[in-house]
Amino acid sequence: MGFIEKNTRAILLIELAAGMALTLKYFFRRKVTVNYPYEKGPLSPRFRGEHALRRYPNGEERCIACKLCEAICPAQAIVIEAQPRDDGSRRTTRYDIDMTKCIYCGYCEEACPVDAIVEGPNFEFATETREELMYDKDKLLANGDQWETEIAERLRLNSPFR
Amino acid sequence: MAQTEIKNFNLNFGPQHPAAHGVLRMVLEMDGEIIDRADPHIGLLHRGTEKLIEHKSYVQSIPYFDRLDYVAPQNQEHAFCLATEKLLNIDIPPRAQYLRVLFCEIGRILSHLLNICSYAMDVGAMTPMLWGFEERERLMGFCERVSGARLHMAYFRPGGVAHDMPEGLDDDINDWAANFANLIDDLETLLTENRIFKQRTVDIGVINAEQCLDWGFSGPNLRASGVAWDLRKSQPYDAYDEMDFDIPVGRHGDCYDRYLVRILEMRESVKIITQSIKNMPKGPHRADNNKVSPPERGVMKQSMEALIHHFKLFTEGMRVPKGETYTAVEAPKGEFAVYLVSDGTNKPYRCKIRAPGFAHLQAMDFLSKGHMLADIVANIGSIDIVFGEIDR
Repeated sequence: MGFIEKNTRAILLIELAAGMALTLKYFFRRKVTVNYPYEKGPLSPRFRGEHALRRYPNGEERCIACKLCEAICPAQAIVIEAQPRDDGSRRTTRYDIDMTKCIYCGYCEEACPVDAIVEGPNFEFATETREELMYDKDKLLANGDQWETEIAERLRLNSPFR
Repeated sequence: MAQTEIKNFNLNFGPQHPAAHGVLRMVLEMDGEIIDRADPHIGLLHRGTEKLIEHKSYVQSIPYFDRLDYVAPQNQEHAFCLATEKLLNIDIPPRAQYLRVLFCEIGRILSHLLNICSYAMDVGAMTPMLWGFEERERLMGFCERVSGARLHMAYFRPGGVAHDMPEGLDDDINDWAANFANLIDDLETLLTENRIFKQRTVDIGVINAEQCLDWGFSGPNLRASGVAWDLRKSQPYDAYDEMDFDIPVGRHGDCYDRYLVRILEMRESVKIITQSIKNMPKGPHRADNNKVSPPERGVMKQSMEALIHHFKLFTEGMRVPKGETYTAVEAPKGEFAVYLVSDGTNKPYRCKIRAPGFAHLQAMDFLSKGHMLADIVANIGSIDIVFGEIDR
């Protein structure tokens, strides 16, 4: 840029005017903001949200207490205790997830050989107290019952990639 | 007349200063408004990552790397995966290499966008932040579609990547990449020639090539001083040797050049993204080695042998042969490296993390001395520090 051109541009505030014009152009563009609680962005079937324990279609819980999820969990957020049930099948007596420890890496879902523990599509599980985030087995099974339709669809869509 | 002794004024910058980019506490010794000495105090975000990794199996360590430089998590994972693969002495399939390169470059753009935009906001330009975050949102959407998490992907694994790309994602990334140059142009319209931005950045925090090397600079900060050093070119890892891209280099090594280098690097990253999608080979997305990568789910449910491998990998993890390696990648902020020592068990014996931000931050005193108080903000912004990786 020559001396004259440079100074003319400086005096005429060319670059400032260009910037202002551009922001004005953006002002009339379509807005991209999402009105959150009423509108939500898209979620992929792989999204790793709140945990759920699933059941078989006949109502029997899937988890067989193999403790793979407990072993792989990098944050050691899962605690499992197990005992044979009266009918002789091995089931958990305790399945706790500390959601404040969980880092949502999805390893538990990858490890589970029977697709029992999954990370569902729900991400809106904020609570008022910390205690409410210590999930026990009942809470996780209830989650599974509540979200089963979505979870089953997600697993179906993901199955070719797993 | 009685002599009075004038003592320099000490100023605490941070740890809750919005321009400190995290939890940086800087003790500034001020002579009026001139900085005499800048003393960064670090450690407020220390989580003991290196020690924690000694107690985690190799796969369990990956999420910890996401949380180092949390602006571009992929690149950190990449370093650890490459280090583990080097110790394991395995090759990974070409498709996995391309997928990794693709998402590493997405990580680079994520990081540079955040840096340029927040840096611009620190020196007085509000608008780039809003525009940049719109693009970041799209990029994180791609990350979410491939891995399930927008930020902490945990996507790269020793031996490849966790899942293959879902259908349609490559087209969407391609469409995005075709339009992204427009946003860079718009950002440049607002910043590059802008007199306010230039007054705040030109000739601030100048460091020449030799001093850069003395202080251990790497990445865009080093290149802004005129050293064409890029690990992707000088010691290519994964599929980078098949990519065609240039290394942008600055000349003055001031805050303005560091900004320019990052802008140009984003343009190069778009080139790499387009190439990696165009040339993406077909095939498996992780190594066909049952001692390293878990079997596919369908197989695992049918075959006893696969089930045993699955159980072994998710309880004990992989056994890595004895050895040690220093593996570096070109992370968006510079040379990010992992020094991994294995004693032959399923857990690393030692994992030292070389974070580029740490080396950059130690030059803070050198860069800021003699400048005004307001310039410290420009300096912090331009050397691109993120506290996750500095404090580890």
